[in-house]
Amino acid sequence: MGRLLPFLPLVLFAVMAVYFAMGLRENPNEIPSQLIDQELPEFVLEPIEGHEQGFSNADLLGQVSLLNVFGSWCPPCMTEHPMLMQISRSGEVPIYGIDWKDPPGVGFAWLERHGNPFQRVGDDEEGQLAIDLGVTGAPETFLIDQAGRVRYRHVGIITPEVWNDTLLPMIEELQAQ
Amino acid sequence: MIAELGQFALILAFCVALVQAGLTLAGLKARDPVFHGFARVGAIAQFVLITAAFACLTWLFAVSDFSVLVVAENSHSDKPFLYKITGVWGNHEGSMLLWTLMLTAYTAVLAWTVKNVTPRLITLTFAIQSVITSSFIAYLLFTSNPFSRLWPAPENGNDLNPLLQDPGLASHPPMLYAGYVGFSITFAFAVAALIEGRADARWARIVRPWALAAWSFLTFGIMLGASWAYYELGWGGWWAWDPVENASLLPWLAGTAFIHSLRVMEKRDTMKSWTILLALMAFSLSLAGTFLVRSGIITSVHSFAVDPARGVFILAILVASIGGSLALFGARAGHLKPTGTFSEVSRESALLINNIVIATCCALVFFGTFYPLFITTVSDETLSIGAPFYNSTFNPIMGVLLILVPVGSMLAWKRGKLGPVFKKLIPALMATIAAFFLAMWIADTHRIVGALGTALAVWVGLGVLWDFKSRIKLFEMPFAKSWSRAINLPLGIWGMAVSHFGLALLIFAITGVSVWKEETRAYLMPDQFLEIAGYSVQLSDVSRLEGANYITEMGEFDVTRSGRDITTMSAERRFYPVRQMATTESAIHTQMSGDLYVTIGEPVQDRGWPVQIYVYPFAIWLWIGGTIIALGGLLAILDQGRRSLSARKTKPAREA
Repeated sequence: MGRLLPFLPLVLFAVMAVYFAMGLRENPNEIPSQLIDQELPEFVLEPIEGHEQGFSNADLLGQVSLLNVFGSWCPPCMTEHPMLMQISRSGEVPIYGIDWKDPPGVGFAWLERHGNPFQRVGDDEEGQLAIDLGVTGAPETFLIDQAGRVRYRHVGIITPEVWNDTLLPMIEELQAQ
Repeated sequence: MIAELGQFALILAFCVALVQAGLTLAGLKARDPVFHGFARVGAIAQFVLITAAFACLTWLFAVSDFSVLVVAENSHSDKPFLYKITGVWGNHEGSMLLWTLMLTAYTAVLAWTVKNVTPRLITLTFAIQSVITSSFIAYLLFTSNPFSRLWPAPENGNDLNPLLQDPGLASHPPMLYAGYVGFSITFAFAVAALIEGRADARWARIVRPWALAAWSFLTFGIMLGASWAYYELGWGGWWAWDPVENASLLPWLAGTAFIHSLRVMEKRDTMKSWTILLALMAFSLSLAGTFLVRSGIITSVHSFAVDPARGVFILAILVASIGGSLALFGARAGHLKPTGTFSEVSRESALLINNIVIATCCALVFFGTFYPLFITTVSDETLSIGAPFYNSTFNPIMGVLLILVPVGSMLAWKRGKLGPVFKKLIPALMATIAAFFLAMWIADTHRIVGALGTALAVWVGLGVLWDFKSRIKLFEMPFAKSWSRAINLPLGIWGMAVSHFGLALLIFAITGVSVWKEETRAYLMPDQFLEIAGYSVQLSDVSRLEGANYITEMGEFDVTRSGRDITTMSAERRFYPVRQMATTESAIHTQMSGDLYVTIGEPVQDRGWPVQIYVYPFAIWLWIGGTIIALGGLLAILDQGRRSLSARKTKPAREA
């Protein structure tokens, strides 16, 4: 035992390395969503502390919209934020925000600080809706059509490439219908 | 042209590093002394080449050459010149180049200054440094080339993230990197010692200044990061236990344990394999911190997979360096036999307890940082571990350790007695109890926690002073004699006393800021006011102004206290058109007794401007305490230590 003890740190590290390697192999953008072409589950989200209006799935009907899952605790969301601001200013499509797992007041402060790209923001502090939507992490964005069906799911940051090459063409096509 | 020059310097540096690593290792086998000389020259050559590459990139940023991808993505011709320069490391590629520059700079300094080290040990160390350097240059060249061209060149750049346009950014990452990278030297020495199968007090003495330098820079870097969060981010906090902060705390904790156990190894030639393991851990955690966390894998696997090539490369570097060194440790640790022994009550034991506690805390932070990620991958559950977890685990464990600080530093080496130590500390203990009740009496909220924190600060602070007093026998002999004792005290002791005293100030400030902070928020129209902690803060005026590359909305506040004018403050909300981003510039009125901290947000029609006001008692002592801790470390570097007999013979003159 005494001779094997010095190998303990190596064993622990090996476990971690294997785990990270598994994380690498996973390409999150290929995770399919059972929700594709399905209607959104019914939900009513309370407003976040500091805002007056939350939203429900009924609010999304009759328009093409983006549903973005974010959290103030999530650095990639920070990275994505300027892009959302840009989309919001361009007026191409309304964005609805789901503030995921933020303590009361924190999401509000975050939006105050960095700007609010969202039409409305709903509070999902418990993460219940995120589970129903099958969210694996933040940020994640759903493209919703006029009938309230999920048409596309983007996992991770919306980069300018994702916006120009994938989302914008789909949005324009849906809006033309 | 300049970009190609930089690229060329980088490639050349890569070749030199590879050749040096190969040749020196071959030379060690051949036992040819010529190779020892090559190791030093090679180290300096790498430094010169990387400096040239870095200078090229700086030049490209300075002249805003938008045909270079990173410049176009992170700079803008209207940006203030200072932020053009700091923008060099405000992006992934540039910061990796800075990291490599620091790495070669450390190695070059080692090459210049090293003396009295067996040639084999130092040459091995250089070889290991070269392997590390070459893998980082390869990472730069193959996955994150800072000199990539962009065609056609855009007319103007994308601008630097406004959050990063702050003096804090200019100094925070370089300082942090100086800490992270400094541990590469101790890592290389540790691996060299393992290969040689020998580590002794002499090894500890050689490594000590490097460990202390890295630790001091890291301390200072963490403090700068905290102050950046406090002054620039405007959320009114300085530490949130978020993964990026934890990533810098982990190597700091390992490094703190390391510099303490190094002392035991140097003095008593024991705790060897443990010390070596800590040397490996400090650098491993630095690497893991920079890469896993900065790449975002902790909070979300998503951002990591955005560029899988980088991810694979990073993982390969981590596995090779951490895995390789730990495997070597497993094979060789048994060879490192301690010669010194010590009793249960002794300085060694105290430092051992210190090490165990700090290692436990390090494990806790590690767990808190990585466990949420683990859970999200293996199940559908998500969870976040936040401040409550650390407050209920990390804080009390650290608290117990802090109680032991004055006791440990007063115990004798090898065999100590607790009785006399406690006797000496009685006045400090009385003052501590008095401080506890005084704080209970003054405070109107959180009395117990606040009083405990205050008492702990007083205990550590006075304990350190008393220890120092008894070392120089103040009041026990004429003042002049005490004075000369103080002058002749080794700088290592001075450094310890200074750092521990800074720690006391830090505990005091943390207690004040986190336990007794107050906050209030409301929408204000001009001439409306808010009251907090006896202050009355009135929004007097809001105006729009234009800055160099931003538009700002500035709120002017008049602060009064029971009718007396205290100060006027101006808080801003800046909007950066290029990035379409807004930042908050908080207004802070600093006093020794605390800060008044005001931020203003985006106005809402008919309701006015959202104003948040915080009062942070003793906030400035966070930065004073942190700086003093780091200075203590730097002071201790200057301590040359007692020379071993053989060294004294060869080099009798004492160097400064």
